[in-house]
Amino acid sequence: MKNYRNFCIIAHIDHGKSTLADRLLESTKTVSSRDLQEQTLDNMDLERERGITIKSHAIQMDFEHGKDKYVFNLIDTPGHVDFSYEVSRSIAACEGALLLVDATQGIQAQTISNLYLAMDHDLEIIPIINKVDMDGAMIEEVADQIIDLIGVNREDIIEASGKTGVGVDLIFDAIINRIPCPKGDPEEPLQALIFDSMFNSYRGVIAYFRIFNGKIKKGDKIKFVNTGNEYFADEVGILRMDMEPRATVGAGDVGYLITGIKESQMIKVGDTITIKENPCEQAIDGFEDVKPMVFAGLYPIDSDDFEDLRESLGKLQLNDASLTYEPETSLALGFGFRCGFLGMLHLEIVQERLDREFDMAVITTVPQVSYDCFTTRKEHIVIHTPSDLPDPSMIERIEEPYIKAQIISKPEFTGGIMSLCIDKRGFLTNQVYLSETRVELSFEIPLAEIVFDFYDKLKSISKGYASFDYHIIGMRPGKLVKLDILLNGEKVDALSAMIHRDKAESFGRKMCKKLRELINRQQFVIAIQAAIGSKIVARETISAFRKDVTAKCYGGDISRKRKLLEKQKKGKKRMRQVGNVEVPQQAFLAVLKLDD
Amino acid sequence: MAGIYIHIPFCKQACHYCNFFFSTSLKLKNDLISALILEIELQKNFLSGEMVETIYFGGGTPSLLSEKDLDEIFNQIQKHFTISSDPEITLEANPDDLNADNISILKNSPVNRLSIGIQSFHEADLKYMNRAHNAIEASDCIEKVQSAGFENLNIDLIYGTPGLSDELWLENLNKFHENKITHLSAYALTVEESTALDHFIKTGKSQALNDEQARSQMILLMDFMRHSGYEHYEVSNFALPGKRSRHNSSYWKGAAYLGLGPAAHSHQSNFRQWNIANNAKYIQSIKTGKVPMEREILSEIQQYNEFLMVSLRTVWGIDLKIIEERFGKEKLEDLLLNSIPFQNSGKMIQNQGVLKLNPTGMLEADRITAELFLD
Repeated sequence: MKNYRNFCIIAHIDHGKSTLADRLLESTKTVSSRDLQEQTLDNMDLERERGITIKSHAIQMDFEHGKDKYVFNLIDTPGHVDFSYEVSRSIAACEGALLLVDATQGIQAQTISNLYLAMDHDLEIIPIINKVDMDGAMIEEVADQIIDLIGVNREDIIEASGKTGVGVDLIFDAIINRIPCPKGDPEEPLQALIFDSMFNSYRGVIAYFRIFNGKIKKGDKIKFVNTGNEYFADEVGILRMDMEPRATVGAGDVGYLITGIKESQMIKVGDTITIKENPCEQAIDGFEDVKPMVFAGLYPIDSDDFEDLRESLGKLQLNDASLTYEPETSLALGFGFRCGFLGMLHLEIVQERLDREFDMAVITTVPQVSYDCFTTRKEHIVIHTPSDLPDPSMIERIEEPYIKAQIISKPEFTGGIMSLCIDKRGFLTNQVYLSETRVELSFEIPLAEIVFDFYDKLKSISKGYASFDYHIIGMRPGKLVKLDILLNGEKVDALSAMIHRDKAESFGRKMCKKLRELINRQQFVIAIQAAIGSKIVARETISAFRKDVTAKCYGGDISRKRKLLEKQKKGKKRMRQVGNVEVPQQAFLAVLKLDD
Repeated sequence: MAGIYIHIPFCKQACHYCNFFFSTSLKLKNDLISALILEIELQKNFLSGEMVETIYFGGGTPSLLSEKDLDEIFNQIQKHFTISSDPEITLEANPDDLNADNISILKNSPVNRLSIGIQSFHEADLKYMNRAHNAIEASDCIEKVQSAGFENLNIDLIYGTPGLSDELWLENLNKFHENKITHLSAYALTVEESTALDHFIKTGKSQALNDEQARSQMILLMDFMRHSGYEHYEVSNFALPGKRSRHNSSYWKGAAYLGLGPAAHSHQSNFRQWNIANNAKYIQSIKTGKVPMEREILSEIQQYNEFLMVSLRTVWGIDLKIIEERFGKEKLEDLLLNSIPFQNSGKMIQNQGVLKLNPTGMLEADRITAELFLD
């Protein structure tokens, strides 16, 4: 066990994590450069394209150092706030972390929060300044930031380039000499942490684990401590470029487990694996049953595709256990599903994967967070969709999730960022200068406020400099109301939204205005209204249609004209009918694109 | 019954709204006429010997043709096609081309119907559209061609232009009526993609068109023409009794026609084809004995949709018996079912085996047609 090293890489998007990982794989001959598809660890097309890691991965490497042979387990972590729980579990599986910072960009908020997580878990941090070969590299400035942040000596910071290979040897030395080997007792009862899982259509759910004590053998009757589920270990092994089965995997090592389970929800990230006959005394700390935080309705564009959508969501859920869905109906959109997501990026990823992997284009309704509603009859109702909300007279109070947000930016943008956060009902809790040119601002903000256009605004206020991270800190009461949109007096359920009372009017006005742009004129006047209960708070009118006649129709025009009208008819099919008003699909997304 | 269309793809200047195919350089005109003469021969079998009832010179600007050009074209057509004893031969002319010499050339040719692109009798309107003629030429040319003996006469007028008030529009219509012109084609100004007008509106140099104005001016037009004794026989066309355009009517009745020249379209039973919209390439290809064209074979659904589209534009409407014979009983039943909302709202009427649009329906012909289309 003394020759094992388990570590992860903490880095911001695009700071070169995957390139460095590839470099390590190549140097340890785990994968030949011929086989090295760029950025091996990012399996999903979507991950490659966005340059982010959505799922965690792990890979084992052999490294010879003098006459000693070492085994490295590199555990790759997801790089986005939506997946911070998975990050924390990956970190918990390691003894060390490579802190990778782009020499041209400096430390970002995301990096800091993951770094704190790693420090909380007592990981040995190896700071690396990456991309030192690039023109805009500010090596000394970035080094100062790192020293301020973790209090290391300047000479402990490695300068490297994943691209040219500079510094890679120093990184290996540091991994061997600075990261402690795993502690733990192979003779103790099995205690292994599941830090990720994935779904394989032939093998079922594959759990990735790190063994702290004991060992796991093929054929063991195992038990998941938190869920209580019991299975047989059909196959265990280690993770190289492919899965390599082993008879036993022992303490300190990282491996995989296949039990034949087909439903990803049965194996939960963070759970502890033990042996049924000889169980460990306690579960590994930090298990959480992660609950989705953002909810939205997904509806098939063609209502005939409802069953296909159900099937596609089912398949997606197999390797995305944090996605939840249940059927719902909307008067405007027909049959669809209310889906739960970890955050907005997760929502986007699901939407995009539906489109790419299942050719399933969907309409997404206004995303919202999950609210707790307490009624005068002392009931507690969890609100995932505005229509779940009871009559206002029945409501005692509504609570909404709050987050702690950390924003790192240049001092000159502090004013703008503060106004944005205050406008989003947030308040400043802390302000720290990380260096002369970098300031960290901490806010507490309702999660609902960052669901819409927060990130885009932050980016534009800070000219792209600000980085942002958050975690949930609990539920707090808020003055929340349901805002309805009516078209010619008919409520459009898919456009209803939960919103803070003080903002409801301006939000309603913006919605009405946006809808006026998006809904075509029809044969009659259309009134667009925003209402809280029975009180109308905003109104716009679309005047009646027009002639649509008399484009000329000469002989030659006939084919062209026919095609024009066929297109017109197709466009109409994509419309949704609300009462007698035809609503184009993009109107349902209008709320996401409200500008001031 | 068949027709021949000849496209003359040259103009002196480009009207801001026009998206027809033309060139403002006359450099290739002689080569093009030679190619056209060749194409007439290459296409001699297209109409399979059917009698040619109508010939139509469109453009572009056919009034740019010389006496010799016209002679050669007519001689060649006569050589390769069977012309009926009473053909309708129309030529589109621009007012600025209609001087005494040209009128007499046309009068001495087989052309027996003129279609003049007046568009408006108001100077500001003509400027807005970038027409080559002025208001005086617009008025004068009518009198001239009438006194030269062209009785069968159409003029084009455009409404819905930003400067055209309802009063000015009525003035245009009165002027038409006072001159006892037998046929009117009246079009709402339409912004076609990639035209100068489109560009001006997008860049804010021209104001956007007003739909309400177009609608009310079309209603004015329909009322005016009905009171003046003209038959509204197609969405954009009005004629005194017996003076409908036989050539254009054949388009709307699905007859066969042969289009000659660049960008010209042809139709034969179940297909449509169109020549390449490029003068140089057209000339080059014809020289090698090949007509440069693309062809679209119409599926049954496409034929059905086309039939609906052209029939609904006309006063004779959809002949339900033809629907049943050509497309089957099921389609007929669907059509009748789908037309019920329009009949209920008074936009359509079904009478004696014919389903057609009422005047209020004519205002929305495109929308109604699209809704009755099959996928």
